[in-house]
Amino acid sequence: MAILASTSSSTLSISKDSYSLSLSASTSSLDIHTVSFNSSTIFGSKRKSGKIQQTHFSNYPGVTMKALRDHLGLAEELKTNKLERVVETEDGSDLFEDMKHRFLSFKKDKYLKNLEHYQNLAKAQAPKFLVIGCADSRVCPSTILGFQPGEAFMVRNIANLVPPFESGPSETNAALEFSVNSLEVKNILVVGHSCCGGIRALMSMNDEVDKSFIQSWVVNGNDARLWTKAAASKLSFDHNANTVRRNQSIEDNLKEKHGRISVKNHLLWS
Amino acid sequence: MASQLAIQRLNKFLSEKEELEEVAAAKIEKLMTELLRPGDHHFDPVQRIIHGFMDFRMHKFDKNPCLYAQLAQGQSPKFLVFACSDSRVSPSYILNFQPGEAFMARNIANLVPKFNQLKHSGTGAIIEYAITALEVENILVIGHSKCGGIQRLMEHPEDGSAPFDFIDEWVQIGAPAKDKVIAEGIGGDDKQAQFDSCAKEAVNVSLENLLSYPYVKKAASERKLALRGGFYDFVNGVFELWEKHGSHISTPITIPPLHRHN
Repeated sequence: MAILASTSSSTLSISKDSYSLSLSASTSSLDIHTVSFNSSTIFGSKRKSGKIQQTHFSNYPGVTMKALRDHLGLAEELKTNKLERVVETEDGSDLFEDMKHRFLSFKKDKYLKNLEHYQNLAKAQAPKFLVIGCADSRVCPSTILGFQPGEAFMVRNIANLVPPFESGPSETNAALEFSVNSLEVKNILVVGHSCCGGIRALMSMNDEVDKSFIQSWVVNGNDARLWTKAAASKLSFDHNANTVRRNQSIEDNLKEKHGRISVKNHLLWS
Repeated sequence: MASQLAIQRLNKFLSEKEELEEVAAAKIEKLMTELLRPGDHHFDPVQRIIHGFMDFRMHKFDKNPCLYAQLAQGQSPKFLVFACSDSRVSPSYILNFQPGEAFMARNIANLVPKFNQLKHSGTGAIIEYAITALEVENILVIGHSKCGGIQRLMEHPEDGSAPFDFIDEWVQIGAPAKDKVIAEGIGGDDKQAQFDSCAKEAVNVSLENLLSYPYVKKAASERKLALRGGFYDFVNGVFELWEKHGSHISTPITIPPLHRHN
C-alpha cells in the first residue's frame, strides 16, 4: 500500500509504532493523509524481511525521500522538496515495481523498435477484426492468436457471450455498434474455450428465483444449454459443456481443445 | 516482409516436425504457396488466425508444457483488469500479462458501471466471479489516450440527439468525469487534452463505482483487495499508475519517470 504526501518546505514524519503519517506544516497544495494499519495482514501476506523497498519517482518539485526503515526501525524524517511515492509494504511496492518493469520492457522491446508504426496507430486504428473472447486469464486472444496492436478490437466478458439485440443496451452491443458502424471491421470472431467457468455455471443452473450476477449474465447462453441437454442427454457434463460452446459460436469460430485447432471443421494437426 | 518471415518459420516448422501427417503438411505447403504469390495482397482472415495460433502453439504452448498443464487444471490470477476494447491497448501486450495472470474485461472506454443486476449483469458477472470465485488481489482499470468512447461522451450533443443506439447509453457511465472536466476547465481549449483528462477521470469514476459492489467494498476494507487506476498514453509511450484508498486517490507514478526541470 502506498501513501502519497505532497508538500513544499514541510517536514513529514513517520511514527514507528502505529505507522501513522502526519504533516507538521501546511502549504496551499498540501495533501495530508493519516493511515494506520497492521502490516502483517496487508494483502494477507507477511513481510518477508524488514526492508521496505524505495521507489523514486519525481514528478514535481516537492518531496525528497530519505530511506525508510522497517517496522522495527526508526522513525524517519522526510525533508520535503520533491513529490515522491512513499512505499510501505513489500507487496505494494513490488506491484508498482512490477508494473514499471512490464511497461518499460514493452516500451524498449516493442514500442521504440516500431516507433513509426506506433505513431501511425496513434493517429487512428483500423482493425480488421472484432474479437469476442472470454475474460478467463488463460485465453487472451492477443496471446493465443498473436494479435498485434491495431489488429483486433476486443470485447472480453464471461463466457464470450453476445446478448440478443432485443435485450437492450449492454457493453457488448455498444462495442458491436462502435466496431461495426464506426470502425467498419470486416470480421467478427467469437472465441470459446475449454473448462469455461461461465459455461459451467450455465450448465448447472436451475430455475432459482434469486439469480447471482453470473447467472443473470450466462442465461444469455440458455438456448445453447437447452439444445445441448436435449440432444446429448446421455453424455457427461464436460462433453455437454463443449457442445454448448460449439453450438453457441458463429460458423467460422476457432476452438482449442487439448492442443487441437479446427477451422471450418478441418483438422490442421493434433 | 511479414510473409517472408512467415515462410521462413513455416519451412523451419516443416523440417522440424517430420512426423506431421501428409494432410497437415499439404495444408502448410498450400499456405506457403499463397504467401509466395507475388502481388497478391488479399488479406485472408482465416489464414491470419491460423498463422497466429500456429505461432502461439509452436513458440509458447509447446515450449511451456508444465505451465499450460497447470493452467488447464485451474486459474488463479492476481489481477482483474478492465481495459478498453481499442485494438491498440491490449494489456497482455503493453504490460506483458502472461496466460493465467490477469482476468480481463474489455469494453468501450474501460468503464465499470455501478452495481445494477438488471442493467449491468455483464460487468457484475465479471466482478462477482473475479472476487468471490477467483479471489483476485488487485483490480486495475486502465484508460488510454484518444479513446473513441470518451470522445463520444465528451462530444455528445447536449440537446440529447443520439445517432447511436447503444454506445451513448453505455458511455454515460462516465458522465461524472465529463462534468468534472468541464466544470474545472481541465485541458483549457485543447480538445485532446480535455478528452485525455476525461479518460483519466473516468478511470476514477470506475474505481469509485467498483466500491458499489458489496464484495469489492468488503475485500478492499479488509485490505485483501487493492484498487488501482492506469492511463496508457500511446502518443508519447507513457504509462501512469495510481492507487485508490477509500476516497483518496494517490498521485500517479509515471513510467518512464518524467525528467525534472529544476
